[in-house]
Amino acid sequence: MKVVLQNLTKRFPNRNKKGDDVIAVNDFNFEIPDGKLIGLLGPSGCGKSTTLNLICGLETPSSGKILFGDDDVTRLPPENRGVGLVFQNYALYPHLTVLDNILFPLQNLRGTEKLTKQQMQEKALTAARLVQIDQLLERKPSELSGGQQQRVAIARALVKMPRVLLLDEPLSNLDARLRLQTREEIRRIQQETGITTIFVTHDQDEAMSISDMIVVMKDGVVQQIGQPQDVYDSPVNLFVATFLGTPPINVLDGRVQGGRLYIGDAAVLAVPGVGDQKVSVGIRPEAFTLDEKGPFEVSLSRVEVMGRDTSVVSTHPASRNPFIRAIIPARNKVDRTAKTVRFSLMGEKVFLFDANTDARIYFDAE
Amino acid sequence: MKKKSMKGWLYLLPAILFLGCFMVYPLIDVLIYSFEEGYNSASQTYTGIGLYNYSYVLRDPYFLQAVRNTFLLVIITVPLSTGIALLISLGLNAIKPLRNLFQTVYFLPYVTNTLAVGLVFMILFKKTAYSDGLINLLIQWFGGNSVDFIDGPYWAKMFVLCFYTVWVVMPFKILILTSALASVNPEYYSAAKMDATRSFRVFYKITLPMISPMIFYLVITGFIGAFKAYSDAVALFGTDLNAAGMNTIVGYVYDMLYGNSGGYPSFASAAALILFAIVLTITVINLMISNKKVHY
Repeated sequence: MKVVLQNLTKRFPNRNKKGDDVIAVNDFNFEIPDGKLIGLLGPSGCGKSTTLNLICGLETPSSGKILFGDDDVTRLPPENRGVGLVFQNYALYPHLTVLDNILFPLQNLRGTEKLTKQQMQEKALTAARLVQIDQLLERKPSELSGGQQQRVAIARALVKMPRVLLLDEPLSNLDARLRLQTREEIRRIQQETGITTIFVTHDQDEAMSISDMIVVMKDGVVQQIGQPQDVYDSPVNLFVATFLGTPPINVLDGRVQGGRLYIGDAAVLAVPGVGDQKVSVGIRPEAFTLDEKGPFEVSLSRVEVMGRDTSVVSTHPASRNPFIRAIIPARNKVDRTAKTVRFSLMGEKVFLFDANTDARIYFDAE
Repeated sequence: MKKKSMKGWLYLLPAILFLGCFMVYPLIDVLIYSFEEGYNSASQTYTGIGLYNYSYVLRDPYFLQAVRNTFLLVIITVPLSTGIALLISLGLNAIKPLRNLFQTVYFLPYVTNTLAVGLVFMILFKKTAYSDGLINLLIQWFGGNSVDFIDGPYWAKMFVLCFYTVWVVMPFKILILTSALASVNPEYYSAAKMDATRSFRVFYKITLPMISPMIFYLVITGFIGAFKAYSDAVALFGTDLNAAGMNTIVGYVYDMLYGNSGGYPSFASAAALILFAIVLTITVINLMISNKKVHY
């Protein structure tokens, strides 16, 4: 089911009645293609959970429209929208067994939709098998691990075969290892069912690894929408560039003069077509290549070996962060005793941003 | 190791002394009194040891009347007050404006003196030479015959006593239940809403199980409290409860000790122990039921 968000806006009145309204979601436009897994990504308070609540109907928008396929559901109450929602804390009914939790939505069906006990049992079992908890049906939620509870919550959301599945921070209550496992699981379940799925997260790894498309939000405003790799490779502004990627992008002050990018006094990169101006420079950690004759010289702080590759930590006066981190292949040896290291930079991994607006300034990388 | 345990006992000493003096010793004393036949508190003598006190109390028509009254009171008021308190709490939980005002109003009886409330009930129900009481005026206005609630037929007196008890115990129950309702995680209600759960089912399947430990607590303390009722009856019917036929078990114990017919600590002790046995039995039954019915 395709989900269309048109000029979606949500204002909350200020607590202090004289203050301005808080705009949690500001003019959100997006057409989510059918059967895709979408990651809503952003820091705390950016409006991603509010967006999710608007889609499921627990909140009503101040203005704008929500369409499922061709149905306008903007004014429909949540129960008539055909959405399944997995809560951040799962909200499993603690006094019911796993099976009863999954059966709960089915037992609410009335009229022509009403199912026999047999049919309910079958549907619940199908959902339980899908998330692989069919061994745990008689347990209470308190007797399950976090990951298992998560699966039960997903099964409960899926049992009515919703048109859209929504997950609010689905992995935030899990430990690191379970997180990896569960995100694969969410991907698998989404692909097996083909249900359009939207999930909210503040963890970019999570969003990047399993989403078909990611939406990066900040302060209620959509910053960028695209396939994870595209957004990573070509961020539209400094916020998106710094938000995506581990280790994070290095940000430095620089200037462009005569088609060349200067950091400090060194001309580090040719940036054809960019006018002379001050810029913010974003350099991905993987943009650095060890090069004795390279133009970019930094003071070496330490070298961290990670096995697969090596992390060179250094300082530079123009850097906005205390350290610059460069990731290079492990086979390239760095002289640890040296005071300085020289790098040359890969043009396609270096981004220029307007020093005032943080908007991307494009140039043709060689 | 030994020194350490000595220290522990030393810390416990004040509490042990206090409890020993004012709880354990009197309890044992009561137990002993109840078996001493013909005990005279003036001369501190008794004629023999046996079960005569119990058999006397159990055959005393006043005692049987008190037991009947107490049981009626318990069976009627505990479910009624808990049920009404639950309804009011649900209502309070559902409204937003004026909630604090209503909460205060419902809590007022809790901070009002029992005897003062009794006085108000007298005005409402008592028939005097000058007035039939407010309730009777209402009954007459609707075309009924006035009833003497305070000195009239048994059922009328029982009605007033139950009405009064329900009204007095309600505030505490409302307080407990509103806070129990407020502590239910709102995510459960959101989840139920997403699943199109009807409101009755939300109440029956989510709210009720979630607050069941609190309801159970109220039922147990309600049972115990109602079995120990005394001052309520005094407030309504005066101190000569036997004459009014409205005595309770605790009232009977009191009368046996200090009342007009008093001066029989042995009979009082026996009656008190019978009450203890009844309360214990009911509480154990309650606990056994709750283990099956109360969730998590």
